[in-house]
Amino acid sequence: MKHVVKILTLLVAITALWFGLLQTSVIPRSHTWLLPIYFIVSLGCYGLLMVGIGLMYFPTCPQEALLLQQDIKEAKEYLERKGIDVSE
Amino acid sequence: MEETNKNKNKYSIIIPTYNERLNIALIVYLIFKHLRDVDFEIIVVDDGSPDGTQEVVKQLQQLYGEDRILLRPRPKKLGLGTAYIHGLKHASGSFVVIMDADLSHHPKYLPSFIKKQLETGASIVTGTRYVRSGGVHGWNLMRKLTSRGANVLAQTLLWPGVSDLTGSFRLYKKSVLEDVISSCVSKGYVFQMEMIVRACRKGYHIEEVPITFVDRVFGSSKLGGSEIVEYLKGLLYLLITT
Repeated sequence: MKHVVKILTLLVAITALWFGLLQTSVIPRSHTWLLPIYFIVSLGCYGLLMVGIGLMYFPTCPQEALLLQQDIKEAKEYLERKGIDVSE
Repeated sequence: MEETNKNKNKYSIIIPTYNERLNIALIVYLIFKHLRDVDFEIIVVDDGSPDGTQEVVKQLQQLYGEDRILLRPRPKKLGLGTAYIHGLKHASGSFVVIMDADLSHHPKYLPSFIKKQLETGASIVTGTRYVRSGGVHGWNLMRKLTSRGANVLAQTLLWPGVSDLTGSFRLYKKSVLEDVISSCVSKGYVFQMEMIVRACRKGYHIEEVPITFVDRVFGSSKLGGSEIVEYLKGLLYLLITT
């Protein structure tokens, strides 16, 4: 099944549930009408929250840049001795 | 090192290059340094670099042996996806590693890819930057923001099962790479995302290892508006075709 079909199925199921709630009036109608808006807003909040958390805990590795410089120096020295052209 | 002593597999490391005369020498040295007890070959696919990359590779062949370093050039810049297909044709190993030549992928992680594959029997081991003990260096806030945004969007829409979709430091079983690559049509880093998403949909066993990513060339991974549009188009394409 194509992935877009899965997502559409999910959306249809949610819409059906919403229609069901509208018909049966388990909760007041005025509230039910607002549910899709809540849904979209919470989806947006989820996205922003995830990006925010991702940014806050973005893994960085400044020490790796230093280690790489050492590795480059070591490699250049070795290759130069072996007659490889390592000029910039 | 116990595992690697018993390890009888051969690994083909495919490195596409364009104007990487210095980096290719450095990366070859580092690969030989970190993969001592492993049978491997390095396949350099050079797209007609004018800076003499191929001459340096020939010098490296003299030093390390023409059976360990294979130069398989192409006449001009023909894109990343086809570079892998080209290199794959010449690969004699049962496993294939693809990595970038610019040293943003450090060869010191190769043993952990191999170890993870041996432990789990995975078809694909992919390097991930977005976990503990992984990481990125050299990105500004804007670059981090777009990267996180792109990742959240892809995770929410595609449910791919891996944390780093656009990373391109990966180890594949050769047959799996051949199977997956033939169905991929995207370009740039959407290509890397398409590879892993299609592999996931085909039900291949995918494992992750943490890697660090050092962006040395200032602005090399700068994301402009057109890249973002390409990315969104790629996402939509994967949504309806996978």
